[in-house]
Amino acid sequence: MTNPLLSVRDLHAYYGRAHILQGVSFAMAPGEVVALVGRNGAGKSTTMKTIMGLVPVSSGDVAFNGQPIAGREPFEIARRGLGYVPEERRIFSELTVLENLAVGERPPRPDAPRWTPEQLFVLFPNLGRMRERPGGQMSGGEQQMLTIARTLMGNPKLVLLDEPSEGLAPVIIEEMAKAILKLKTEGLSVLICEQNLHFARLVASRALVMEKGVIRFDGAMETLMTDHSIRERYLAV
Amino acid sequence: MEFLVIQSLNGLASASSLFLVASGLSIIFGVTRIVNFAHGSFYMLGAYIAVTIIAAIGGQDALGFWTGILLAALIVALIGALVEVVILRRIYAAPELFQLLATFGVVLMIQDITLAIWGPEDKLGPRAPGFRSFVMIMGSRFPSYELFLIVVGPVVLLALWLLFNRTRWGTLVRAATLDREMVGALGVNQRLLFTSVFMFGSFLAGLGGALQLPREAVTLHMDLAMITEVFVVVVVGGLGSITGAYLAAVLIGLVHAFGIVLFPKSTLVLAFLVMAIVLVVKPYGLLGRKPSGHAARGQAIPEPLLSPADRPTKLLGAAVLAVLILLPPFLGDYGVTFMTELVIFALFAASLHFVMGPGGMHSFGHAAYFGLGAYGAALAVQWLAAPMAVGLLISPLAAGLAGLLFGWFCVRLSGVYLAMLTLAFAQIAWATAFQWVEITGGDNGILGVWPSEWAKPKLVYFYLALALAGAGIMALRHLIFSPFGFALRASRDALLRAEATGLNVQQLQWAGFTIAAVLAGLAGGLFAFFKGSVFPTYLSIPKSVDALLMVLLGGVQTVSGPIAGAFVFAGLEEQLVRITAYWRFVLGLIIVLLVMLFPKGLAGSVLAWRERQSGDRS
Ligand SMILES: Nc1ncnc2c1ncn2[C@@H]1O[C@H](COP(=O)(O)OP(=O)(O)OP(=O)(O)O)[C@@H](O)[C@H]1O
Ligand SMILES: [Mg+2]
Repeated sequence: MTNPLLSVRDLHAYYGRAHILQGVSFAMAPGEVVALVGRNGAGKSTTMKTIMGLVPVSSGDVAFNGQPIAGREPFEIARRGLGYVPEERRIFSELTVLENLAVGERPPRPDAPRWTPEQLFVLFPNLGRMRERPGGQMSGGEQQMLTIARTLMGNPKLVLLDEPSEGLAPVIIEEMAKAILKLKTEGLSVLICEQNLHFARLVASRALVMEKGVIRFDGAMETLMTDHSIRERYLAV
Repeated sequence: MEFLVIQSLNGLASASSLFLVASGLSIIFGVTRIVNFAHGSFYMLGAYIAVTIIAAIGGQDALGFWTGILLAALIVALIGALVEVVILRRIYAAPELFQLLATFGVVLMIQDITLAIWGPEDKLGPRAPGFRSFVMIMGSRFPSYELFLIVVGPVVLLALWLLFNRTRWGTLVRAATLDREMVGALGVNQRLLFTSVFMFGSFLAGLGGALQLPREAVTLHMDLAMITEVFVVVVVGGLGSITGAYLAAVLIGLVHAFGIVLFPKSTLVLAFLVMAIVLVVKPYGLLGRKPSGHAARGQAIPEPLLSPADRPTKLLGAAVLAVLILLPPFLGDYGVTFMTELVIFALFAASLHFVMGPGGMHSFGHAAYFGLGAYGAALAVQWLAAPMAVGLLISPLAAGLAGLLFGWFCVRLSGVYLAMLTLAFAQIAWATAFQWVEITGGDNGILGVWPSEWAKPKLVYFYLALALAGAGIMALRHLIFSPFGFALRASRDALLRAEATGLNVQQLQWAGFTIAAVLAGLAGGLFAFFKGSVFPTYLSIPKSVDALLMVLLGGVQTVSGPIAGAFVFAGLEEQLVRITAYWRFVLGLIIVLLVMLFPKGLAGSVLAWRERQSGDRS
């Protein structure tokens, strides 16, 4: 890949003494939406946290936009245009929707779409109807939308989206998929962790399959969907 | 009626400074999760610096005076920033008790710096221009400055509300209070935010101190006096709640104003009684909430397993014991005295370790039980002419009863709340010893608490102390590895699971708390007969900190740690006092450096190192 937006090379990370990431390598081109799939505990979330600087890199390289970011602090990484939407959502429960968005707000950057609360309320109409509601009093789906919107307020170039469909009703998942495709047309790149293959297929054209801390498959989403043996080996429970 | 109104106004006036300092502490705690012991020191510095600045710029006119007050608060803010950047920033990941300890180190350092700059005499500040007169209220003369202060409280409360709800900085601070890691992942520079929060909190403390100038003399005791009251206020109001802090400040202010007239001897006790009552009804304070979610999770530092000593450690222990038994006859009086103190402290430290390590309860007021044991013995000797043997029986009994009483409240809380509550109880005990002069002799203590004739020779008393302390320590060790100890540790490590398996966690902890108090009391009794006297300082905060230092020096994770810690610590303070007049500064510096360099304690660091070694090999 020439000029990848994100490139991860031989990344290792630990929780205490547990060796979780055991040499993760992949790259993403600008504008791509890539799905990262794998069994529970494979290390998908840890990959995202390590890229984001929330889990220390023990060895390996991470480059974003051609610049090394391994070892940088999360806030520096975020300021370079990497957005992170955590699995547990982590809404500021006592802050209103607008305040949650305000925390995520960063100055616009020339090479990424620029977001305002009003634009986000077009993308997620539900949020626009509860601007003053505290985050703690929202449904799971609404919180999921808010956490994505909050990250978009930072005008990122690439968003790491950890299991956006988790625990959501099918209708909401549809809505979420539409929103993500919309983001893609705006020029945003997305790395998305998913258990739900159906959902992953709706939004991503490429898939990475992770098992025990390494990427075992890197190829087109369609290949993954048609190749029964890969799914059998790395995804079936 | 007049009495009611005037005392209420007095209470409201003193509530304002209390609120300024308490809100600063609360804001800092909210974001950094550090209970800043040095907050009272910032308050004191605000007052001292204001005296100097106003004198320098000639604060006779209103402009000079108010500029001086504001400048003083700003300088304190800068000092706060310095403390945060140099010290606290490095220990945000350390266990909360270490953080509390480090900030206590800062308290000690600031005490001596203040002493060095301003000297030991109290300072009188100028009166406030424009507020020097009195107003007549129901026929009484009431100082107009007090009225001004009454207004300050609500005005600051309103200003804080606007700041936190109407500015971006305020929004970020509130967000960081809920989940600071997430705020960082959204691109906010946490360091800058933390430093600015610390500066702002320090500013409030400095302002509170400077505003006290026209009311009272500036003294070197303002720091600890203020910080204990502030702990009471934030615990009563609910940590992290600004409005709660104001309500609590008013409540405590009123309790003081009326208490000083109605029960002049028991003002301190009164405030703590109010706190105890509030905590029974609302464990997390008037407006506080049980910590939850990511804010609470940030503190869960798993305690490593406590395993019985391995062979080398056992051999070392046996060797130390042999030295303790065989060496003293060859030492002079000084050496034997030193060893006696050491042995007593080892028991004191081991008892604290028992509550903290296996019990998982962070006591910041363990000196209460040591001191009550000492007073129990001394009072028995003084008033009942009891012999030493009876005194030594009464010591653990008295301390155990206090542990039973205080523990009942304490086990209902956890974490820093528990630490602050234990500290408050220790202050009650201290205040009682200090203020109840008829019985305890107050500051002069009780003298003539000598051992029975047979135990008078220093060597004999040493062996007596060794036997009793050794038995106490062995008993604790035995308990730790008994079913009771396992259950206690199980409840510490997984509260919910322990409860699910049918353990009554609170009762277990209550028992653990009381047992520790009993043995601390025994140590106190031994100490009383050893010194021949008791003083209120035996129950004071610095004494509790001594014990904490011993335990943390040694490491909470090992059973032998606190004993090693006691050995390292014993006499350190005395040696320091001998070497320099500024021993507090040196001790404070040592504490801060220890916490920064060995966040796991000395023994803990050795263990971690050993584990790393074996980990690398495997
Ligand atoms: N904070 C932590 N401390 C210790 N171990 C952890 C921690 N978080 C995750 N792990 C472990 O690391 C491994 C990888 O976890 P990770 O969350 O990355 O998995 P995942 O692929 O995202 O799984 P899931 O699909 O369930 O979200 C798991 O074995 C997990 O138990
Ligand atoms: Mg995950």
